[in-house]
Amino acid sequence: MAKIIIPTPLRKFTDNSGVFETTGTTVQEAIQQLTQTHTNLERHLLDDHKNLRSFIRVYLGEDDINSLQKGATSVAKDAVISIVPAIAGGSH
Amino acid sequence: MNHNLSPAEMARYARHIAIPEFGIAGQEKLKAGRVLVIGSGGLGSPVLLYLAAAGVGNIGIVDFDVVDDSNLQRQVLFTTDDVGKSKAETAKERLLALNPHLNITVFKTRFTRENALELVNQYDVVADGTDNFPTRYLVNDTCVLAGKVNVYASIFQFEGQVSVFNYPNADGTRGPNYRDMFPEPPPPGLVPNCAEGGVLGVLPGIIGSMQASEVIKVLTGVGEPLAGRLFLFDAASFTTRILKVHSSPDTKITELINYEQFCGLESPADQKPVKEITVQELNEWMVQGADFQLIDVREPHEYAIANLDGELIPLGTVAAAAHKFSKDKKVVVHCRSGVRSAKAIRELEGLFGFDNLYNLKGGILAWSQEIDAAVPTY
Repeated sequence: MAKIIIPTPLRKFTDNSGVFETTGTTVQEAIQQLTQTHTNLERHLLDDHKNLRSFIRVYLGEDDINSLQKGATSVAKDAVISIVPAIAGGSH
Repeated sequence: MNHNLSPAEMARYARHIAIPEFGIAGQEKLKAGRVLVIGSGGLGSPVLLYLAAAGVGNIGIVDFDVVDDSNLQRQVLFTTDDVGKSKAETAKERLLALNPHLNITVFKTRFTRENALELVNQYDVVADGTDNFPTRYLVNDTCVLAGKVNVYASIFQFEGQVSVFNYPNADGTRGPNYRDMFPEPPPPGLVPNCAEGGVLGVLPGIIGSMQASEVIKVLTGVGEPLAGRLFLFDAASFTTRILKVHSSPDTKITELINYEQFCGLESPADQKPVKEITVQELNEWMVQGADFQLIDVREPHEYAIANLDGELIPLGTVAAAAHKFSKDKKVVVHCRSGVRSAKAIRELEGLFGFDNLYNLKGGILAWSQEIDAAVPTY
């Protein structure tokens, strides 16, 4: 199955799980499965129009889905989807 | 051979000079290089140590802060004896002890939109080691406006990110910048900072060393900088990923803006202010035995570090736990610095019509600083 890698800041909404396995055949389906399983995650990933929030990027392999077919991008069975949030730590 | 390196410098940098692609020419570029390091904490410590050791000739350090006990778990520039001293001044002293062949300039000030361009314009490359979103966006936008390379790194708990933003392309254009990745910051409270969320002490050592390596590559032209790519490291699983970053036609940076407001940390004029109470007033209520409820909206691990004996209801659960907030007496809500508790109050007022909630101004940090120094800061 394809995998979605959950970044640390969002793991508090996935019961501290770092990986989610999905049978979704598109990125949108995969994200839907993720948010249906972890319902508290949805409002942090998607806005009211179900679009990805602007501080979140989603990658299929090494490619930003915005440079592919966005949510309609096909997901192979061995694909790795990365959710990448903005983080800001560094000094304190 | 004509070069600008003294015999002592030749001896010091012999292992650089021995690298064929690097050589004396590379070392001279480092000596002539000018790097502004913003933040001398977790990331800044390894960045500064390695840039100084490598022989970057002109280093600026921007940091207004002083060394705190809680820094020593990862900020390897500083020792126990340095607690309470200026980070920037202490860093300069340590770096000159490491390498006296350097010009180090200290800016004991916050990096603000008022001084940002003036500071950045004095340098070739910026290394961003800051710790909050407003300053991240300010650093990025300043570098874009000033035409400087921004060597970026960021850390959180076990994860690190590295990239080289605004790098000059062969055709004269510039590579992607931070806003191409993240046009807008997350809302306050969603992504905790390192003080709230924690960070593995060795992580900034790993990520900051990579950041220093990218600065050296940019200055010397040796290797292929991490431009147009984002490096991710997860120390917990020891996995690394490199992702592509593209410029976005939607990114337009024409001036420096109010970054606190942009990041949602300053209330817009039309946002209803929450009622506030100072730590002095709270202390008086406590001493007088006033009838009120005290609620702490931080996370359990923060509560374990320091607390005021309030009832713990983490921010993410306040709506579900609204019935625990009294409606018939004053309720003081607090967090670490006052940002999350204000958010909790707005949420409860909006959803349930509370009108008896008071935000503790400055949070438990202010309590520690102004009322009881025995309460640890973090």
